Amino acid sequence: MQKTKQRLLTGNKAIAEAIRLEMERDPNVFVMGEDVGVYGGIFGATEGLFQQFGPERVIDTPISETAFIGAAIGAAAEGMRPIVELMFVDFFGVCMDQIYNHMAKIPYMSGGRVKLPIVLMTAVGGGYSDAAQHSQTLYATFAHLPGMKVVAPSTPYDLKGMMISAIRDDNPVVFMYHKTLQGLGWMDQLDASVGHVPEEAYTVPIGKAKVVREGTDITIVGIQMTTHHVLEAAKKLEQHGIQAEVIDLRSLVPLDRETILQSIKKTHRLLVVDEDYLSYGMTAEIAAIAAEEGLYDLDAPVRRLAVPDVPIPYSRPLEQFVLPNADKIFHEAMKLVNE
Amino acid sequence: MFDQNELRFEMVQLLDENGNGDEQELASFSDEFLVTLYRWMRKVRVIDERLLKMQRQGRIGTYAPFSGQEAAQIGSVLALRKDDWIFPSYREIAACLAHGLPLAQIFQYVRGRVMGRKMPEDLNIFPTQIIIGAQTLHATGCAWATKLKGETQVSVCYFGDGATSEGDFHEALNFASVYQVPVIFFCQNNHYAISVPVHKQTASRTIAQKALAYGMKGVLVDGNDALAVYKTMKQAVEAARNGEGPMLIEALTYRLGPHTTADDPTKYRNAEEVEQWKRKKDPLHRLRVLLEKRGLWTEEQEEAWVAQVNEEVTEAYEEATANETGSIVDVFDYVYGKPSKLLQEQQQEVARRKQRKEVR
Ligand SMILES: Cc1ncc(C[n+]2csc(CCOP(=O)(O)OP(=O)(O)O)c2C)c(N)n1
Repeated sequence: MQKTKQRLLTGNKAIAEAIRLEMERDPNVFVMGEDVGVYGGIFGATEGLFQQFGPERVIDTPISETAFIGAAIGAAAEGMRPIVELMFVDFFGVCMDQIYNHMAKIPYMSGGRVKLPIVLMTAVGGGYSDAAQHSQTLYATFAHLPGMKVVAPSTPYDLKGMMISAIRDDNPVVFMYHKTLQGLGWMDQLDASVGHVPEEAYTVPIGKAKVVREGTDITIVGIQMTTHHVLEAAKKLEQHGIQAEVIDLRSLVPLDRETILQSIKKTHRLLVVDEDYLSYGMTAEIAAIAAEEGLYDLDAPVRRLAVPDVPIPYSRPLEQFVLPNADKIFHEAMKLVNE
Repeated sequence: MFDQNELRFEMVQLLDENGNGDEQELASFSDEFLVTLYRWMRKVRVIDERLLKMQRQGRIGTYAPFSGQEAAQIGSVLALRKDDWIFPSYREIAACLAHGLPLAQIFQYVRGRVMGRKMPEDLNIFPTQIIIGAQTLHATGCAWATKLKGETQVSVCYFGDGATSEGDFHEALNFASVYQVPVIFFCQNNHYAISVPVHKQTASRTIAQKALAYGMKGVLVDGNDALAVYKTMKQAVEAARNGEGPMLIEALTYRLGPHTTADDPTKYRNAEEVEQWKRKKDPLHRLRVLLEKRGLWTEEQEEAWVAQVNEEVTEAYEEATANETGSIVDVFDYVYGKPSKLLQEQQQEVARRKQRKEVR
């Protein structure tokens, strides 16, 4: 029997604790990025680390993303295990060459000689009026490119467990955390941003989705924030006599096809909900998997709910309109089960 | 042998912290100009304080205050021709206002109105940039185009000390200098990039000296001395207009407020340091002392001006919020010049759902 204390942590503290434990265990682990030092990361992911480990292992860099991601590659090749924070995923634009041409490809192009155990940690998501260049998730953009694992945990428990897995992984891992799930004081407070987290180090495997609610009538796949919206919608569906099975994808690369396919074998209906743009996104990927490998299990066409193909607006009502929420999921699910 | 590292940049200053300076130099500024300059600076300070309050009251979105940087922004913009281009970052509301942006539009912008982001057609102000350093390249390209077209506008690019660490900044300087385009890189070194102090941002003694590596002129100016900023900028702009190429200006100043309304500066700097800048080096103070010495400004005028600006702010806010029309179908506009078929379909679907009252 596993002994677990009911200790509650916010998302940001769960991440920081994972990094702290790994830094205590392995002297090769270090953190760098913008405002990760005294400030503790603008989304709190490195809170308290500077105070414990000092400026040599928790490094405030200049605003030079290409430089610090490129430097992480060099350091990792030399045996270190860097965790680098790209403050917002949206800023990948200024440093993508280092990410996808180098971090993701050098292991391959070196015939496996060079290992790059890097965690590229980055904040994603909108919902708090931060406009088109600070609100994207870009899940599919990263998932599309071979050579990196990509994770998007949705609970404090998974944030900690998957961060530890990411640090111990010998491949580069893009670790996406959702800003509104960090539990920060200046953002809207969500129950989902606080959760039970054991004190000790533990891992949550990369590449495994999680059935977070069992059901028989419809499968709804969520990614990170949308998983919480889906769970809310599922409660409402239950009041209408519909039992939704909810899958939290957690890992975008590798993608856990089995869990999805097994679920649709049982429910025969699939709705995918994503906070990324609709076209060419994760919803399309999952729909394609269902079409290729689960078509005969489906009683109705797959439905997708995601951000329409427009940049995320700054205007609050417009932003609320483009983002998926429980209401929209409920309506889509109702349409699907009535088909 | 390696003594070029000892290179020193003198800081241009005309008016010291106490409002004193070389009499002859100061005499070259007309009374009228000094009053205009001060009125602008006082005005934008009031606006900044009001915007900060409005954010706290939930009436506007996240806001990046500029208090402390009035001399750098107003002093530099007043040296421009009306048709010169400026390329602002999020902290340049003062510069935008002085270059002609209506106050009501600022409110529309910070309230997230769709049209708040659209600069008036007759104003040469590029859309506000939030990606650090990116606008250095846009300004370079714009200046290049004016040069190719044989026009005489100069492009002025605003950015912070932190931006000088980005590759974009270095590539822009290199490019601008190779092609000798009429662009001024105007760096407000306000000592911090969010929590990171400037000495952790660069090991160069000054930012101005970075210009030398690109074969460009660099100047360090007291950014809290509006007269020094104005004069330096005037010279830079004239040189650029005359085909003498680009220039990098470092205006040394200080951000008195938080980085943005989502920031807590007590985490990374002490109150004493802020107090020092507030009490001793406030850019408004020294100019006011000069005005008073010349008998151009009194406490009564100050009060009347502040009251007038406050009224203007209230009116502009009311104007901006009076007819806040808009609909969720607007979200599809302007993604492309002419919407794609897919977007048209998405938009029509939303319009239908709106009619059926499924969405608001
Ligand atoms: C490419 C990029 N990286 C990081 C950020 C996050 N960020 C926003 S403001 C800022 C600090 C900028 O400092 P500075 O250039 O000195 O300008 P200031 O805010 O002081 O005016 C940072 C790191 C960003 N917006 N864009």
